[in-house]
Amino acid sequence: MSDQTHMPAGHDLAPGDEEQHSVGTRILGYVVGLVLALLLTATSFFIAGTDLVWQPSIPVALIVLAIAQMGVHLVFFLHITTGPDNTNNVLALAFGLLVVFLVVGGTVWIMAHLNANMPAMDQIMTMRR
Amino acid sequence: MSMTATAGRAHADPHHIGLVIEHPGPAPKRIVTAYGFWVFLLSDIVMFSCFFAAYAVLADQTAGGPKGSEIFEQRNVAIETVCLLLSSFTCGMASIAADVRNRFWFYLGMAVTCLLGLIFLVIEFREFADLVARGYGPSRSAFLTSFFSLVGCHGLHVSAGTLWLLTMMAQVFAKGFRADVLRRMMCFALFWHALDIVWVGVFSVVYLLGSGV
Repeated sequence: MSDQTHMPAGHDLAPGDEEQHSVGTRILGYVVGLVLALLLTATSFFIAGTDLVWQPSIPVALIVLAIAQMGVHLVFFLHITTGPDNTNNVLALAFGLLVVFLVVGGTVWIMAHLNANMPAMDQIMTMRR
Repeated sequence: MSMTATAGRAHADPHHIGLVIEHPGPAPKRIVTAYGFWVFLLSDIVMFSCFFAAYAVLADQTAGGPKGSEIFEQRNVAIETVCLLLSSFTCGMASIAADVRNRFWFYLGMAVTCLLGLIFLVIEFREFADLVARGYGPSRSAFLTSFFSLVGCHGLHVSAGTLWLLTMMAQVFAKGFRADVLRRMMCFALFWHALDIVWVGVFSVVYLLGSGV
């Protein structure tokens, strides 16, 4: 195995690595990411405590903002792109996300149904009487 | 090796569709290491998703204890969030400095990252200690159990990350910017950024959703 730090042209990129840019461009990328993330965070905190918007929309807005901010982090900090040299990283990420959605979505779905379909024990006792 | 022979053609056909490559050889060690660590991070995120799922199910099971909106302090959470975000940024600056082998900016970036991480940990520890002192410890209700395990698990990751950060500074100090040290530094940066992504989920789902309606 070669131990070089700079991969030859045309090879895959390691996760977290960028294509060869100057230092200024790389710093600019982090600055853009930081500004976007701060904006999204500020919006989340503002939305959570405001009376300006229709209240049932707040949870949805918070989740959308969180997903958007995770995307910002992935692109600007972890440098996950859609480029061909990033295919392996994106596929691993996609599989990870699949498992995450199966676990969280499946759990919430099943437990909500159990809550709705199986009354608590004290209710069952009163039904039997 | 044969890598150089395919490099030119691979540029024109990056996915190697319809191209027979004769033994391109193993990828450089930096890519292998970072990719393996990336897979570990994804499995770590899968583990966090189990804690998130448990929290989502148990968030209403307060057993007569406090609800989320009664114990969460948004001001503290906002400070914690800004600390982690800025530390992610300074960690990025430190990894750029490591790539161009600039010791001063590397040490500065890592020191600021460490400081911000410690501020985060202190705020979180004080929040936990305050809750326990008021009798709202993890054994009070299922909601608090899931809250302490989810947020505490993230806090443990940040603590481990801080130790790793100090180790990286010591290794650069003792060994310089060697290839293996730079690989570890890259894994650390991945780890720290991934922790920030998990925190985005924590502050949105636990603190903001929990303290609102």
